[in-house]
Order: sequence, then C-alpha cells, then structure tokens
Amino acid sequence: MEKVLPLLKNMSRSKNAHSYKSITNGSKSRSIIERLMECIFTICGLSAVAAVAAITIYMIISGTPAIFKVGIAKMLLGTDWAPTAAEPSFGIAWIVLTSVIGTAASIVIGVPVGLMTAIFMSEVADKKVAGIVKPAVELLAGIPSIVYGLLGLLIINPIMGAAEKALFADSKTHVMNGGANLISAVLVLAIMILPTVINVSETSLRAVPVSIRQASLALGATKIQTIFGVTVPAAKSGIITAVVLGIGRAVGEAMAIVLVSGNTVNIPLPFNSVRFLTTGIVSEMGYASGLHREALFTIGLVLFVFIMIINVVINGIMEGGGRNE
Amino acid sequence: MNNSICHKSVRISDIILNALIYLSALLSVGILVGIIGYVTFRGIGSISWQFLSTVTSEMNNTFGILGNIVNTLYIIVITLLIATPIGIGAAIYLTEYAKPGKIVRLIEFTTETLSGIPSIIYGLFGMVFFGKTLLLGTSILCGCLTLTIMVLPLIVRTTQEALKTVPMNYRTGAMGMGATKWYMIRTIILPSALPGIVTAVILSIGRIVGESAALLFTAGSGYYLPKALLSHIFKSGGTLTIQMYLSMERGEFDSAFGIAFVLVVIVLIINALTKIITNKMKKGN
Repeated sequence: MEKVLPLLKNMSRSKNAHSYKSITNGSKSRSIIERLMECIFTICGLSAVAAVAAITIYMIISGTPAIFKVGIAKMLLGTDWAPTAAEPSFGIAWIVLTSVIGTAASIVIGVPVGLMTAIFMSEVADKKVAGIVKPAVELLAGIPSIVYGLLGLLIINPIMGAAEKALFADSKTHVMNGGANLISAVLVLAIMILPTVINVSETSLRAVPVSIRQASLALGATKIQTIFGVTVPAAKSGIITAVVLGIGRAVGEAMAIVLVSGNTVNIPLPFNSVRFLTTGIVSEMGYASGLHREALFTIGLVLFVFIMIINVVINGIMEGGGRNE
Repeated sequence: MNNSICHKSVRISDIILNALIYLSALLSVGILVGIIGYVTFRGIGSISWQFLSTVTSEMNNTFGILGNIVNTLYIIVITLLIATPIGIGAAIYLTEYAKPGKIVRLIEFTTETLSGIPSIIYGLFGMVFFGKTLLLGTSILCGCLTLTIMVLPLIVRTTQEALKTVPMNYRTGAMGMGATKWYMIRTIILPSALPGIVTAVILSIGRIVGESAALLFTAGSGYYLPKALLSHIFKSGGTLTIQMYLSMERGEFDSAFGIAFVLVVIVLIINALTKIITNKMKKGN
C-alpha cells in the first residue's frame, strides 16, 4: 500500500502536468488534426463554388461552337428548326419564344392561386385547417414531375383535344394534335409551380408583424382590406421572390411537359403543338450528333443564361430585403 | 347615411375576395387529392407480384420493374455516400469556421444558384463532364455524380439549419472545458444536429427518387439486374422514373401508372418520415 501511494501521486502529478501543457501549447498531433479538419471543411464549403464554375464553363464551351458555325442571327432569330434535313437549319426563335410565353402564362395562372392559398393558410384558416393544407402542399412538391406529365397527357390533353375539335372544325390551316398544345403545357406548369409559390409567400406573410395587422383592423379596415391593403404589400419582397422562383421552376421543367406539349416546333399559339427549350433537349439529345448535338447544347446554354439571370435577380431581392430590415 | 359603427356594412369586394381565397385553397388541396386518387385508381391494378419482382422480358412478353428498383437503390445509396459527407462538411464550414465576408457570400450565392439550376442542365453537364471528360460514359456512377451536385444544396441548407439550432452555450461550454474545435464538433455539435442531418438525407432520397431529366442522358435506361455488385455501377441503369417515361413514350399507360403508383407511395412514406422526425425534434427541444 505504501509503495502504491507515491506512485499514484506521481501519476496524478504527471496527468496534471500533461493537461496543463495541452492548454497552453496544445499537443502537436492534435493541432495537425485540427488544421487538417479545417482544411477539409473549407474544401467541402468551396465545392458548391467549384460546381457552379465547372457547370458554367462546360455549358459555355459546349454551347458556343454551334452559334458561330450557324451564325448568331440565323440561330437566335431563325424560325426554321430542321436539324436532320439535307440542308439543316437551326433557328431556335420559336423555341425560345415558347419558353418565354409558356412560363409567363403559367405564372399568370399559378401565382394568383398560389398567393391566395398562402393567404388562406397564414391569414384566414384556423390552425387545424391550415394543418391539413400545409402537408398537402408539401406532398404536391414531392410528386415527381414525370407523374405530372402522365396525368397531363391522360387528363388535360383529351379535354384540350375536344376543345380543339370544336374550335377548329372548319379550319384548313390548323394541324390537329389531339390536345397536345401550349395550353395543356401551361396548365401542367401552373400546377407544378404552386408549391414553390405557396411556401415562399406563406413564409413571408407569416413574417409580417401582428401589430401592423392590428393597427389596420383598429382603424376600421375589414379583414380582407387588411390582407390586401396592408399584409400583402408588407410581404412584397417575399412574394416577388416566390414569383421569381416560380419562373425558374417553370422555365427549367422538362419531363412533365415533353409529351404534354406535343413537342413540335411551332409559333407559340394557344392551340399549337409547341416545343420548349427543355423539351427540345430531352427529345433529341438521345440520337443527335455533330452540329445538331452542338445546337442542342446551345439551347441548353440559352436556358442556362435565363436561369442565371433569375438567380442574380433573386440574390438582388434578398440582399435588398436584408438591407431594408 | 350608414356611417354608424353599429351597422355592419357589407362590401361586395370582400365577399368576392374571400370566396376566391377559399376557392384557391380548395383547388390546391383538390389537385393533390385528385392526383393521388387518380394514380391509385389507375395504377393499383397493374401492381402484382410479377410486376414488382421480375425484370421485363421480351421473350415471355412480361413487364417487371425489379431491375429499375435495384437501379434506383444503387443510385440513392451511392449518391448519398458521396453527397452527404461533402454537404455536412460544407455546412460545418459555413456555421462553425467561416467568418462573415466575401467567401461566405460567394458560397451562399453558389449554393442558391445550384438549387435553382434545372435538372436538364445537370443532365447536360453530367453527360459532358462525367460521361465524356471523365470517361464514365452512360453509367450508374455517372448519374450518381451528377445527382451529387444536384442534391448538395439541399443537404447543405438543411444541415446548416440544424447546426444553427444547436445552442451557443454548448459551444462555449465545450470550448471552456478545453475541448478543441474538431473534438467539440465531433462529440457535441454533430450529435445534437443529427435529426436535422437525417432529415436532409431523407429529403435527398425524395429528390433522387423523383428525378428523371438529369438521369436520362447520364445513367441511361438499362433495366437488367446486376451481375456483380460493384461492376454494375459502370453499366447503364434506368431508375423508376426513367422507365416510366419510356413506357409513356411507347404508350404503355398501364405500366406507367403502375410505376407512378409505386413512386407516389414512396413519396408518401418519405413525407411521413420527415414529419415524424421533425415532430420528435420539436418535442426534444
């Protein structure tokens, strides 16, 4: 026993000494691990930057050759898309215009419905009812786009087909397409942007302070007047973000509308079968080669430019909103 | 004159707008109920043991999705094995290490950008970069690497949210007791943020299961069962969504609805799982 005691003392002393050392200097191996981990985390953090840089570079590298081979004006302003003809032509004007008009139309339909639903959830409904609507909207966001496409193809297209038959029964110039037209695609897109619009605008509506609403109600405004005159304007920047995000979603959607839209290059009129930027890539990339393939990458580049503009706009809104707060 | 406050005047615009609000909410929910109802109604008939447990055979003229289920699992597992560590690492860097400044703003902007890029662009990029430059061709691995970039922002942001909810005193407490930063992250921060990280993983699974445009030209459309566990990742393999698209193109709507039904069931399960985890997190707090 007597022999052990000093040994124990010794041990505890050495332990103390060790831990004392680690506080001031830190052990060498530990600081190496520390630095290594920080390095690894920094690299992980920068992976997103690297990915965006790589995507941008590769989209430009593979998208620009066709522009120069075909000619900028001929490609962007040309309306004739015949990549596999004996004398191929690569005009993508109608394709770009279809994407622009299709997106705008789906926003015009989708945003009011989405905003109203968001108002319902945050302003009108009691907690229990809102508790049913919110999961429903989340589910809507989770359903794969290809499923939307299938339903559009089998539900919306036949309805549009019937309308087409009634409207164009006597027309000689109209090419029948069984309802696979711009309206069908716009309706599918409008439904698909709903979850984005609803979620983002609901969050921004909920962020509006209660005191603002109370002040408006105390001044004698009705509930509806308060919502549309006070709450919605106060949540303006969030709602604009919702709209811009919705535009991004609609511009980039491919699989849901590739079959629904009919996918032939045409002037984007409501009952025409049309081709979007995205659906053009999906339907032809499988067999395209040579200049045709490069032209498809140019379509991808145009889409990418649209998306980057949208991202910069969103970033601007967010930073502006942050400053106002 | 009806200016008395005792008399309630009725504004027609109020009634109309109120009706529109209720109608919109009803429409949003109605669309969901309609979609699930219709897919179930049309799809449940196609579901059979043979549909789920065999591979499509031209010889016997049968249709089965087992190969696609296996491919989907392959892509989920490999994508998450690559994306989860990178995503968590990036989130740790942003919340624990980085000082506010230009680099953080750049990382946050690019993460936002990544989540805004449409899947078809990922598909094009993956086809050229992973497929051609890195010589992976049309293979499951090529699809996985493409999807890794796609789900990265989702994992980073969800993990970041989870890390932010870890109370500051945990950090100061651990540091005050002499723990090093990595030791603190490993033993205090990550375990506390674990439910959030699990949510991130589940959300990513949902995104991968539903993805189609990014996989069409990267992972391809093969539907055979793997001959060997590892070499399968270098072969072309179509997921459920890709098979569904191919069936739609050929006009085989019964099998398309069968797959749609399977997908909707998976989405329902994933949503239920995230709900359960977030509820537990709230109770824990």
